[in-house]
Amino acid sequence: MKTNVKKQKSFTDTKIELRICANPDYLRVARTATHDVAQVIGLKDNEIEKITLAVVEALTNVIRHSYGGPCDKPIIVKLNKINYPDVKKAGLEIVIRDFGKQVDPENIKGRDLDECKPGGVGVHIIHTAMDEVEFTRGDDCGMQLRMVKYLD
Amino acid sequence: MRDDINKLEPVIRAVKHEGRAIVLELGGEIDMKCSAKVKNKFEEIYRDKPPVLVVDMTEVEFMDSSGLATLVGVLKWCRINGSELRLAGLTKAVRNIFDICRLESIFQIYDSRAEALSQ
Repeated sequence: MKTNVKKQKSFTDTKIELRICANPDYLRVARTATHDVAQVIGLKDNEIEKITLAVVEALTNVIRHSYGGPCDKPIIVKLNKINYPDVKKAGLEIVIRDFGKQVDPENIKGRDLDECKPGGVGVHIIHTAMDEVEFTRGDDCGMQLRMVKYLD
Repeated sequence: MRDDINKLEPVIRAVKHEGRAIVLELGGEIDMKCSAKVKNKFEEIYRDKPPVLVVDMTEVEFMDSSGLATLVGVLKWCRINGSELRLAGLTKAVRNIFDICRLESIFQIYDSRAEALSQ
């Protein structure tokens, strides 16, 4: 289900913001927070597993590609409960902002899964797990990833 | 998932010889932080050239694509070197990533370690 509702009036009921170092030691912190917020919002267990996996993949990509490896630079993770009453849709919005290297969002694509080789499937996982995925450049540096999963 | 961050269990639980198989028991969370450690352990196991390599994942709570990439690399090594890779006891969280990446069909997956060893 890919739905574009960005331009409709929205209400944010919950807003949680984490600021973590670009270090794999803290992947667990973001994963746990995502898991718990998704559970509170009412997403199903199997969806929560996939959403938390998408968050870890996104953060891993930031550490590896945007910052070029583990470092003490920041990554901001926002977890918002969203609600679009006009179309009776609600869900979890996750925004991941980094301050590293910028890339053309058009070039961020998952690789062909038919080829059996290690690595490069993170973007595919993100697109499969979430209903909306949007990569944009930050105002001055870095990238922002906005992902949404709607409640059924 | 709710353990204190400083009290995490190691990801490599044990390596055991069972008949003609080597069994690697993994556990905890396999992500970018520890996938290199897992890869190194497999490289140690390769030296014994086991005819059968069973990876028992019963205790794995979470695995991301770096862990999956490690297993794809192990599968390739096994194919080249005439070994057989068998994965056992995949938890729901681990099965998710195999499912999303459509890789279940290329691995031999068993419900339990006993089943993997009895083949």
